[in-house]
Amino acid sequence: MKERPRDIKSREYRSVVQVAGPLLIVEGVEGVAYGEVVHIRTPGGDNRMGQVLESQENLAIVQVFEGTRGLDTDQTRVRFSGDIMKISISKEMLGRSYDGLGRPIDGGPDIIPEVRLPITGAAINPTARAYPDEFIQTGISTIDGMNTLVRGQKLPIFSGAGLPHNDLAAQIARQATVLGSEEPFSVIFAAMGITHEEANFFMNSFESTGALERIVSFINLADDPAIERIITPRMALTTAEFLAFNYDTHVLVILTNMTNYGEALREISAAREEVPGRRGYPGYMYTDLATNYERAGRIRGKKGSITQMPILSMPDDDITHPIPDLTGYITEGQFVLSRELHRKGIYPPVDVLPSLSRLMNEGIGEGRTRADHLGVSDQCYSAYAEGRDVRSLVAVVGEEALSERDRLNLKFADVFEERFVNQGVDENRTIEQTLDLGWELLSMLPEGELKRIDEKYIRQYYKKGPLLEMGV
Amino acid sequence: MTDQKTGKIQSIAGPLVIAKDMRGCEMYEVVRVGQEGLMGETIKLIGDLAYIQIYEDTTGLKPGEEVVRTGAPLSVELGPGIIANFYDGIQRPLVGIKNLAGDYITRGISVPSLDPEKKWDFMPTVKKGDELVEGDYIGEVQESKVILHKVMVPPGIHGRVLEIKSGRFTVDEVIAVLDDGGGRKELTMKQKWPVRIGRPLKEKLDPEVPLLTGQRIYDTFFPIAKGGTAAIPGGFGTGKTVSQHQLAKWADSQVVVYVGCGERGNEMTEVLLTFPELDDPNTGEKLMERSALIANTSNMPVAAREASIYTGVTIAEYYRDMGYDVALMADSSSRWAEALREISGRLEEMPGEEGFPAYLGTRLADFYERAGRVVTLGKEKRFGSVSIIGAVSPPGGDFSEPVAQNTLRVVSTFWALDTNLADRRHFPAINWLTSYSLYLDFVRPWYDKNVDTEFQTLRRETMALLEKEAELQEIVQLVGQDALPESDRAFLEVARMIREDYLQQHAYHEIDSYCSKEKQYLMLKIIMKFHQEVNKAIESGIMASRIAVLKVKDEIARMKYTPNQDFPQRYEELLKSIESEFESLRNQT
Repeated sequence: MKERPRDIKSREYRSVVQVAGPLLIVEGVEGVAYGEVVHIRTPGGDNRMGQVLESQENLAIVQVFEGTRGLDTDQTRVRFSGDIMKISISKEMLGRSYDGLGRPIDGGPDIIPEVRLPITGAAINPTARAYPDEFIQTGISTIDGMNTLVRGQKLPIFSGAGLPHNDLAAQIARQATVLGSEEPFSVIFAAMGITHEEANFFMNSFESTGALERIVSFINLADDPAIERIITPRMALTTAEFLAFNYDTHVLVILTNMTNYGEALREISAAREEVPGRRGYPGYMYTDLATNYERAGRIRGKKGSITQMPILSMPDDDITHPIPDLTGYITEGQFVLSRELHRKGIYPPVDVLPSLSRLMNEGIGEGRTRADHLGVSDQCYSAYAEGRDVRSLVAVVGEEALSERDRLNLKFADVFEERFVNQGVDENRTIEQTLDLGWELLSMLPEGELKRIDEKYIRQYYKKGPLLEMGV
Repeated sequence: MTDQKTGKIQSIAGPLVIAKDMRGCEMYEVVRVGQEGLMGETIKLIGDLAYIQIYEDTTGLKPGEEVVRTGAPLSVELGPGIIANFYDGIQRPLVGIKNLAGDYITRGISVPSLDPEKKWDFMPTVKKGDELVEGDYIGEVQESKVILHKVMVPPGIHGRVLEIKSGRFTVDEVIAVLDDGGGRKELTMKQKWPVRIGRPLKEKLDPEVPLLTGQRIYDTFFPIAKGGTAAIPGGFGTGKTVSQHQLAKWADSQVVVYVGCGERGNEMTEVLLTFPELDDPNTGEKLMERSALIANTSNMPVAAREASIYTGVTIAEYYRDMGYDVALMADSSSRWAEALREISGRLEEMPGEEGFPAYLGTRLADFYERAGRVVTLGKEKRFGSVSIIGAVSPPGGDFSEPVAQNTLRVVSTFWALDTNLADRRHFPAINWLTSYSLYLDFVRPWYDKNVDTEFQTLRRETMALLEKEAELQEIVQLVGQDALPESDRAFLEVARMIREDYLQQHAYHEIDSYCSKEKQYLMLKIIMKFHQEVNKAIESGIMASRIAVLKVKDEIARMKYTPNQDFPQRYEELLKSIESEFESLRNQT
């Protein structure tokens, strides 16, 4: 045992006894703290970073973020830093790019930190939270009209391989505004295991709007070490908290792709030979995901806010897969993208039926959007749902067997998809335009069918007219 | 037992710490760990090793740090000051934590559960010389506008009153002294009780009184009794939390304990903001005046989440002992089970189904068995009840998973939330075909007496109609609605009316949010009246399509928005409209 304590706080050892998967076991250590940051020097002279996963009296289990290739049980040197994982933060980070562990990758100099903050963050005291109720206009009808996003919400996009979730996320980042507000706004972009192409797409999209100087990106690409992905969202969210609550900024955090994050979690769990939960994912995945997602929100007395938009691809489009499933239980709703709509050429292919925004009711209505908003949304939803049912029925019984009511709903569903859901990648609809469009479509239905809208709004907005005028 | 022994940390992994030199430490004893004195609980003992689950974040703990035994199991403090308070999973007041630590919950904070400074007006109800047994009242404190807090002789204590005081006291000041034959027993307004043990009672009774919720689907179709248990399982987005909030708001229990167990922070904030604003239909005061809230959100320490439901149920039992009807909402028991699984995994126990420990079923049963309508301790015969309503969040909305299945084995009411219904915004998304209540027969006499003897008959008929609709819908799926006979087509209109105009209830609508039992009865009568008229009309050869466009249908659709007190009048009007419209329909042919 060749231990050479350097000083009280940081101690260096060369007593690695085991390297397995992303883990390293060091023996003969003393006073290693749980969660402590570890610096590792490979026999080849590289520096790597790790974190203590389990600390025993003379043994520590360390997860190595950059992978264990090249490590050995002889020459590898392990230095315990005496500190937990922290990130240096300053306002100067805006406009910069970092790797998954928070090191600059844009060729620029290191920032001069204002503070160093632990990346795990602490839970916001529920009594300190302010309830999110400020409407964010994204310019996308399916979101603004049907599943409204509010400041401080966490609302993921559930997507699948090959679906345009990136276009949607980028469009939201470009267009998101709060009505009548000129407050500072920035985007934090955390990429976990996405491809170069995807990362470039986002960067170009941000650049094209000249918004690059209000963006901080943390990028872990597909060929970067997988274990690093555990850290990336925490780096991003710690930065977000700093900007939001120290500099009164409204921050939109895009986390993509959380599926890769879950995979990394599983990899570590498997390497530790833990008892697996569903599909091999660790039993604590819910808690782990929650410690990231719950960092969205607003705090009473603070001006800033953190809105989160995680993107995750559902393996095999399966919404019951553990990652989307647990995410859905934590986040305040979800946008679900539909392959069927995508195939029909509809963009954004948001399937309104399984999509949901739990905080919508607080963010809409008089003074926020428009008084008739809830009714329009409910009614469109219900008519579209019935129309979709009829559509599957038609496949069995043919259109002739339908009642008049069914026929109308069917037509509504078609027009709804073509005109309401469908819009351009750069089309930015105001909330009034979205709601008016909703009324235009609802006017296809007989007045008596609009049970979910208050009569006074029907009188105000309902347009009687022959159905054929709809141009269907 | 109280001689404070200390041990040392041997290892740390997540929320689990193993400490050595702990011989003599008891199972479930509370310990303080490390320099910051993080609170933990012993959950396994091997030789002189103690396995400790820590209620706070363990980052930064080191082997070798001290572990101090407290000699006591995890307990809650019971006394005035619980109502309108907002606790974390181990009964630390969140507002107190905020005052000390700011917007974020940092660790190692210790805040007394009951405010030690606050003085309460204590009114004695006994006098010197009275003989008291455990559970007897010794006095009263007006705890909130609606809750009269009964100060009781703690379990296990009895005796003759030597001294009794009156006036303003803190919870720690002595307000009475008893002589139990062996010496003086000083009583304060505060008692302590270990959370994992049910508070003693005299006798459990049959659940005969329904817990009215103002929600039509529950009260009419699947009632829960006072002292009963219910489970609401459902996938995400099916409205578990909204249902729980509705129940907490409107249930006619006198005290509500709401446990947010591993759920969203914003949801707890919503409860916190809305409860002090909302009026309680039973007392006219604000809901907060009768509620105690416990929040351990999903990102707060997992072991405290495990403890939170026990903290909640112990508080509920305490108010039950005062003779109150208490409703406990646990949202969500699945998160609690996951906490159990996480700890079990760290203990490297042999896993049962889906990694959950084999004792999951027993633990769930233990918890739900703490519900009940009881005769409380004390000389006088007093009744109180604890009803437990647990939300379950099954992965993928699949009810065959272990938590849902184990819960169903012990609860008597099952409110099945259905993703399909939620997807078409049918709320509350309770599936009326798969849900059930075992209390129907118990509570029938109550409904006969307090609503109308016809009510249960109406309920049965309506249920039968819904069953029939489900069968017809299957046929419609195959052959289309046009292939159905006129009578069935007209019938489907009626069934749709039951679903949309009765079962659907708008939680956020100011009037529809709460529907009194009288209004429920009259609403059902109107729909059944419509049903009878439809049958008559069809018999006399009127086409279903003409019934489908009747104007009165729209009126019926809007009847849920008529205020409870105006409804009897509206009922008469609607009956007349129905009769006259069908009358003119018949005359036209």
